[in-house]
Amino acid sequence: MQSLVTARSSVLRQSARSFASSAARAQATPLQKPVLNKEFKIYRWNPDEPSKKPELQTYTIDLNQCGPMVLDALIKIKNEIDPTLTFRRSCREGICGSCAMNINGQNTLACLCRIDRNASKDTKIYPLPHMYIVKDLVPDLTQFYKQYKSIEPYLQNDNPPADREFLQSQEDRKKLDGMYECILCACCSTSCPSYWWNQDEYLGPATLMAAYRWMADSRDTYKAHRMEKMQNELSLYRCHTIFNCARTCPKGLNPAAAIAKMKLELAAE
Amino acid sequence: MFSTRAVGFGPALRQAALRPRNVALRNVMLRRTIQTESLPPSAAQQILNKQRLLRPSSPHFTIYQPQLTWIASIANRMTGAALSVLLYGYALAYLVAPTTFDSTHVVEFIAGLPDAVKYTGKVLLAAPFAFHSFNGLRHLGWDIGKFLTIKGVYASGYAVLGATAVSTVALVLM
Repeated sequence: MQSLVTARSSVLRQSARSFASSAARAQATPLQKPVLNKEFKIYRWNPDEPSKKPELQTYTIDLNQCGPMVLDALIKIKNEIDPTLTFRRSCREGICGSCAMNINGQNTLACLCRIDRNASKDTKIYPLPHMYIVKDLVPDLTQFYKQYKSIEPYLQNDNPPADREFLQSQEDRKKLDGMYECILCACCSTSCPSYWWNQDEYLGPATLMAAYRWMADSRDTYKAHRMEKMQNELSLYRCHTIFNCARTCPKGLNPAAAIAKMKLELAAE
Repeated sequence: MFSTRAVGFGPALRQAALRPRNVALRNVMLRRTIQTESLPPSAAQQILNKQRLLRPSSPHFTIYQPQLTWIASIANRMTGAALSVLLYGYALAYLVAPTTFDSTHVVEFIAGLPDAVKYTGKVLLAAPFAFHSFNGLRHLGWDIGKFLTIKGVYASGYAVLGATAVSTVALVLM
C-alpha cells in the first residue's frame, strides 16, 4: 500500500513538473557520497554487571551518513547500532553542558567537538576523568554540584534598595564578563590534576570561578564572608596554576585566571 | 485523493491498520519476560548507595592528552622533589660520614670518572635545576597576575623550555 501511495505521488510530482525543459533534471538522483568508515572507541561500563571491568567498545560508522559533531556520531550509534550506549545530551548547541566528556584525550562538549575526518585514526571517547561512573559516559556529578552549592552561588545583600532593582556601573558589570558565562559542564574541574587527587576537599576550577564571580560582583555585600571560607589549605590553595582548566574550557573561559586573581586579593587583604 | 497520507496517518499506523495479523504477532513477541518488584520510595537511597559502592572511577592521566600545561606542572614537581632529595640526601650523608663525603673526596671521585659519565651526570643535574628555576619564575609571574591567558601560558612555557635548553648546555660546558 505504501509503495502504491509513493508511486502515485511520484506520478503526481512528475506531472506537476511536466513543463521542465530537460528530462534529465526530472530524473536527477541524489548525489551518492562515498563511504567513509571511521572507528569510534567508546568507554563502556554497565552497573548491572558491576564485576565486569570497564572496556572500550569499537563502533564503525560512515561519516558521510552522519552529522559533523561527535554528538551526532554518538546519537547515530545509539539509534542504529547499539541502543544500550548511554550518555547525557540535551541542547546539542553547547549551552546546557550535558554532553561533557573526554574526546581524544581532551575534555569538551561532544556537541561542540567536530569529528576528525581522518578515517585512518580512531576517535576515543571516555567519560570525564577521575569521576565515579554511573553508566558508560555518564559520571556521577553529585559531589561537583554539592561543592557548587557550598559557595552560596547567589546574590547576598542585607540592604537591598527599597524601591527599585540594584544598580551597577558599566565597569563593575564588565568585571563579571568571562565568569558568568560558565555553564557548569565540569570539563575544567575534571581536567585538573589537583581535582583528581583532592576531589573531596579542593573545590575545583568551576566552583572557584563561580565563587570569584560573586566576590567580584559589586552588588554583593558578603565578600568578606566569601573570602573567609577560602582561608584554608585545601578549598582554594590546592590550585597549583596548572591551566588545564583554561585550556580545556569549551566556552573559552579562563578559571585559572579567576582563581589567580582571587589568590591575589586574599593575599592583599 | 483519499490516500492515507492525506488523512495524516503515519506509516506505523497505516501498517497497523492494514496488517492486523502481524500486529498480533508483534504484541506477543514484545510482551515483557522480566519480573518487576514493587519497592517503597525509601528503598531508593539504599539501592543507590549499593550501586555507588561498585562504581568504577574513570581513567584520568593515562588517557588525558599530554599538554604543556600539566606536563610542565608535573615536571616542576618532580624536578623540585629530585633536587630536594639530592640536597638533603647529601647533607645527611655528610652528617653521617663527614670524612667520606667532604668536598675533597667528592672532587677526587668525580675527577676519576670517564668523560661520558661526567657529562651525563652534569646534564642530569643541570637540566632539572635550570627548568625548576625558570619555571619558578613563571609561577611568580602568575602569582602577581602576569601571563594569565592561554597565550601567555604557552609563550612563557616555551620560553622556559628554551631557557632551560640554553642554560643546560651552558652549565654542562662550564
